[in-house]
Amino acid sequence: MCRAIVEYRCISKHFAGIRALENVDFSCHAGSIHGILGENGAGKSTLIKIMAGVLQPDAGEMLLDGNPVVFSGPQAASEAGIICMFQELSLVPDLSVADNISITHPPRRFGFIDRREQVRRAEALLARVRCEDVDPNALVRELSLSRRQMVEIAKALGRDPKVLILDEATSALTSHDVQTVYDLLADLKAKDVSLLFISHRMQEVETLCDTLSVFRNGQHIETFAKGEKTDREIVRLMIGRDVEAQFPPKPPLRPAAERDEPVLQVKGLKWENRLNGIDIAVRRGEIVGLGGLDGQGQNELLLALFGVLRGVEGEVVIGGRKGIPASPAAAKSARTRLALVPEDRKTQGLMLGMPIADNLLAASYGKISRGPFIDLALAGKTASDGVEKLRIKLGSTADPVMTLSGGNQQKVVIAKWLAIDPDIILLNDPTRGIDVGTKQEIYRLMRELANAGKAILFYSSDYAELIGCCDRVSVFYGGRVVSEQVGEEITEESLVAASLNVDVEAA
Amino acid sequence: MRQAGWKRWLMQNTGFAVALLLLAVLYFAYNLIHPRGFSSAVAIQNANETVAIAFVAMAQTLPVLLGGLDLSVGAVMTLTNCIASELLNGSPLQILLGMVVTLLAGAAFGLANGLIVVYGRIQPIIATLATGAVAIGLALLVRPKPGGDVDEDLSWALTNAVFDFAETYGLADSGNAWWLRPFADIPVPLILLAGVACLVWLPFRRSVTGRTVYAIGSAEGAAFMTGLPIARAKITAFTLGGFLAACGGLYLAIQTSSGNADIQQAGAYTLNSIAAVVLGGTSLLGGVGSAIGSIIGAMILRVISFYFRILDIDPLLQPLIEGLILLIAVSFGAIRTLRVKNQLDLFR
Repeated sequence: MCRAIVEYRCISKHFAGIRALENVDFSCHAGSIHGILGENGAGKSTLIKIMAGVLQPDAGEMLLDGNPVVFSGPQAASEAGIICMFQELSLVPDLSVADNISITHPPRRFGFIDRREQVRRAEALLARVRCEDVDPNALVRELSLSRRQMVEIAKALGRDPKVLILDEATSALTSHDVQTVYDLLADLKAKDVSLLFISHRMQEVETLCDTLSVFRNGQHIETFAKGEKTDREIVRLMIGRDVEAQFPPKPPLRPAAERDEPVLQVKGLKWENRLNGIDIAVRRGEIVGLGGLDGQGQNELLLALFGVLRGVEGEVVIGGRKGIPASPAAAKSARTRLALVPEDRKTQGLMLGMPIADNLLAASYGKISRGPFIDLALAGKTASDGVEKLRIKLGSTADPVMTLSGGNQQKVVIAKWLAIDPDIILLNDPTRGIDVGTKQEIYRLMRELANAGKAILFYSSDYAELIGCCDRVSVFYGGRVVSEQVGEEITEESLVAASLNVDVEAA
Repeated sequence: MRQAGWKRWLMQNTGFAVALLLLAVLYFAYNLIHPRGFSSAVAIQNANETVAIAFVAMAQTLPVLLGGLDLSVGAVMTLTNCIASELLNGSPLQILLGMVVTLLAGAAFGLANGLIVVYGRIQPIIATLATGAVAIGLALLVRPKPGGDVDEDLSWALTNAVFDFAETYGLADSGNAWWLRPFADIPVPLILLAGVACLVWLPFRRSVTGRTVYAIGSAEGAAFMTGLPIARAKITAFTLGGFLAACGGLYLAIQTSSGNADIQQAGAYTLNSIAAVVLGGTSLLGGVGSAIGSIIGAMILRVISFYFRILDIDPLLQPLIEGLILLIAVSFGAIRTLRVKNQLDLFR
């Protein structure tokens, strides 16, 4: 560890009276991978947004290479060598991969963009991130989420960063890509780049980073070298209290004879080439996990059940009735009473600019209106019930939902669906990008709902969650269920083995 | 997964390809039916009637690529038409100066639009609704009554074939030089249109500013976070739009030898420009399309109206049939949605 590249001195930032950062001193150094930990709302995003020029601090100063700087915007920051990969992808979908990679400073000939050179550059950078399969001439919108993240990484590399900020930049990557990214980061570290790494995956942070900083409530709590503290100590620093049991206790497994009919029964479900004959059954009071690597058909199964996909084949019985709902509107109707907490809360889960109250009520207008008109008293009660039940931290339900932290936004999505009192709840990675405290609340809530007789289908990319929460886990591979594990059988080893479609015992 | 170049191009430019095909079929059939089809005279007449709307459609393309609409393009065309009708006379130098002033006036008006949109933080559609009315007001001040004084030689030379142009100005042995032969029958207005497209639009598209315009229309947040020059791109787009609308106004003045501050005409041009942009494969959501497509779109609109002249259809039916054809044409763009298997893709 040598010189500090960026240094914060007493930086504060407030939003409408709420403090996001308070007197923060912080520095990041050349040739280091610096992990930043904290719950959502701890001030991590504000910290990096200031560095990236998106926000200006209210007080304090920022030094770059020892000299005070003020960035007027992201453009100024990136010119100074501070490159940020945000949680929300910063690629332009209608431009080609090559265009995106060289977007700010394309190679030119006679003053115009030199497309051939641009493609060559893209090819070289894509090769560096081992994504030779991505065509530089393809539009970004044609790529999958994990490919887009890799393109984003290639784009950042091409800009020769002095400071590279990765904000949940690996959340959608496949395990193969993750290793590539790890190697790249190590390589950049050796080249004296300062890397800031933000992730909710503890394991990732542990393997990658050499220095860790913990933030809580807008304050910089502590910075220490990796290995100085145990996981338990780190989590305690993050949430400011001890964590007892991470997962709520599971009820004992009932013997087969006592089990009732499944409320959701799926047989031989097929769609395009993504679902290749899925069999799955969920009973009341059960949490059934969907395991496996990302993109093996888990998302498609949930979308198919919720009526989003067309041309689905196979047999589905929901609450004794045959047939797949034709649309989300049909899925949530009294016949099936399904609810889906979708993959991307920002585009599919919430209307970000609308008030929290409207978002909470969005699924249940049928219940709270009389004739064509909304019953305001009932609406207000339903909204405040949701806030109370999920303990959503907010100023006023009239604020736009985008003013909430990620964890509280996800709670709004869940509360919205609980308002229709669903029988079957489909959850698509509900804890992605959410802080530890809120995660635990969600686990508890899931178990409470199951105990109240709901059937829950739960997809998670985190094995620990599947092990801790689920009564049964179906592991997906290539659009099929390759393994079903029950109760004590669910272990990290068995899940990983099944995900990779290898038989541990045979091997 | 690599694909052959042309296949990829076709997939990424389906709208444009369909428009091009539609135009080819429509115009070929038109010439078959026309008693003097496939002649230079017909081509010249058609070209003359197409150029102004084609320029205005190009002008409209820029704000649409940004994800907005410009309701002032027809008005700016009208304003510059009136200005040109006052200035295009006198010595060749004076005429040239008049043209420059006309084009600069349009660009300046576009610049004002851009500044209002960017620094006034007003949505383009409402900002240009207001500035469009201002433009018409100015046009009425410049030319309260229709009329004008445009150099006759200029008018003749620019609204006929290349041969006539050369003959008028005594170039290339008055148009009889051997090397001019292959081009002699090409209508000058088409050359002007192609010239502006190649010298203004194509370089713009290959500049960082041009690409930023596409980036803004596609994902403004991502463009901002990437540190692209957003304000500059928007202002440039509107300025260029004003310039292209002025090209239309200038040509209209040359073609009709007059200026006319006609409010209805301005409105019709604005609406037709939007139709042309959509027909040409540009997405109203922004980020996808090109001004070349809009030229094709404008040509399709015009060719449809030519049919009314040679077929014996009641002119009263013209708007009705034009509307239906437009509806059918843009419906092609919606066909892809029938094939979408994941309904979420419809909202992206």
